[in-house]
Amino acid sequence: MNIYLPIAEVAVNAFLVLGLGGLVGVLSGMFGVGGGFLLTPLLFFIGIPPAVAVATGANQIVASSVSGVLAHLRRRTVDLKMGAVLQGGGLIGATLGVAIFNYLKSLGQVDLFVTLCYVVFLGIVGGLMFIESLNALRKSKRGAPPKRKQRGWVHALPFKMRFRTSGLYISVLPPVAVGVFVGMLTAIMGVGGGFIMVPAMIYLLGMPTKVVVGTSLFQIILVTAATTMMHAITNQTVDIVLAVLLLVGGVVGAQFGTRIGTLLKAEQLRILLALLVLLVCAKLGLDLLLEPSELYSLNPLREAR
Amino acid sequence: MRALLTLLLLATAPLLPALLITPPAQAEEVVLGLSQDRVAITATFDGSEILIFGAVKREAPIATDAPLEVVVTVSGPSEPVMVRRKEREFGIWVNTDSVAVDSAPSFYAVATSAPFSDALSDTEDLRHKVSIQRAIRSVGATVEGAQAFTEALMRIREDRGFYTLQEEAVALDEQTLFRTALRMPADLIEGEYETRIFLTRAGRVISRYETVIEVNKVGLERFLFNLSREQPAIYGVLALVIAMLSGWGAAALFQMLRDR
Repeated sequence: MNIYLPIAEVAVNAFLVLGLGGLVGVLSGMFGVGGGFLLTPLLFFIGIPPAVAVATGANQIVASSVSGVLAHLRRRTVDLKMGAVLQGGGLIGATLGVAIFNYLKSLGQVDLFVTLCYVVFLGIVGGLMFIESLNALRKSKRGAPPKRKQRGWVHALPFKMRFRTSGLYISVLPPVAVGVFVGMLTAIMGVGGGFIMVPAMIYLLGMPTKVVVGTSLFQIILVTAATTMMHAITNQTVDIVLAVLLLVGGVVGAQFGTRIGTLLKAEQLRILLALLVLLVCAKLGLDLLLEPSELYSLNPLREAR
Repeated sequence: MRALLTLLLLATAPLLPALLITPPAQAEEVVLGLSQDRVAITATFDGSEILIFGAVKREAPIATDAPLEVVVTVSGPSEPVMVRRKEREFGIWVNTDSVAVDSAPSFYAVATSAPFSDALSDTEDLRHKVSIQRAIRSVGATVEGAQAFTEALMRIREDRGFYTLQEEAVALDEQTLFRTALRMPADLIEGEYETRIFLTRAGRVISRYETVIEVNKVGLERFLFNLSREQPAIYGVLALVIAMLSGWGAAALFQMLRDR
């Protein structure tokens, strides 16, 4: 069944979009990532104009994150205080990111930069996470309890704050810095930033994995909501019809994902996320390296009608 | 007196153009019918097939020198298009050269009653801009080989069904009745779709008829599109409210299912 999207001005298969939303929703619930890094390229692939895909993707992530957070809140695995600190940093970062994005746009080649960003960050994050969780998995098989590195340079910084849910007493500077950094990426890459946020919380801030997923989803809500509003007002590229299709699939998927997530061990969860991140990275990397079948691309300079 | 003069001028005004540019005894004229002159884009819009049919009205007996041919074109709203080409640099494929095509129709269909070159001569094609390559306007292209870029534009849009050339797709009976069906894809853009019918003999245009097919969004599609343009803040909030409500709804629903 085809549905005509009023803003994107293309017709898409409704079931295909529902399925895409569901797939991304499952990932979102399982790993605490918004799934934007997967959803946005997939939307490009089914023929949605990039500007609409980025803006509508952000709106869909709001829905699946709300759905996921509520499931986590009930199990008390959301560190609201940490989330608020991260969100504060995130908003500063998003503003900086938009400025950087516009500067790059004036230079041209913004598409290439975004793709390179994807390849580099997905590659680094996926690779590190894969190696680390593989080691952790081996250790836990041998029976030795996985060590948590609590004492690092992170704990020597001033402005300490107690994060009860995470069981941490650390400086607010690292979480704010993480928030700013991820906020910047959100604006540039059009993603929630969960795939950076999750490992940063685990390895940089030393938060327990159980809390990480819920907290990441919580901070993603505000960042993606702000992104949606920004796109709706400045570019008018949020397609509600597309968003509804995606989020019907997405919210249901997120609930299933959260269930699946609780059944798996933290190390297994991380190794799966790492593999997924590396897969997307490889796909984007190959697109840059291999000769495309069509060397030309069209970009209609449509006036606002 | 002046009022009377104005009145007189007004009364004769419609006659003036007709008197001034009388075509060289247009012996054959088109009487046209369309299966629909409006295309409504609804939520379940899945493309449209438009039947274009008509008759040739003539005062004199049918000329016997050369057979009558019919050429039908439908053209969507034109817009400038940036065409970019990728090249390998430092091992990766990046956009390098680009050509801005000044104006290219978003949709363009040509149907003819004979092979295109038989139905229309090159000179007439140039004058009336009938073929796909003539319908695209590209001036001031600075990159060498700009032709390759307009060819790429045509190739990509032909592959996606936006540009079509259907030769011998117009059925013509007794040199009088003609009909053809044009398929419009689902990914249509709103606007006025200019429709032209040419009657030709020996490649020369002997009569030309123009009309417009309106393509519009209706119902929910219309409402959402207008809202997003006129009240973007409300539209954004609406999008967020829908997102949050459905997120909350799904969570509540699953909670209920689990509690039972």
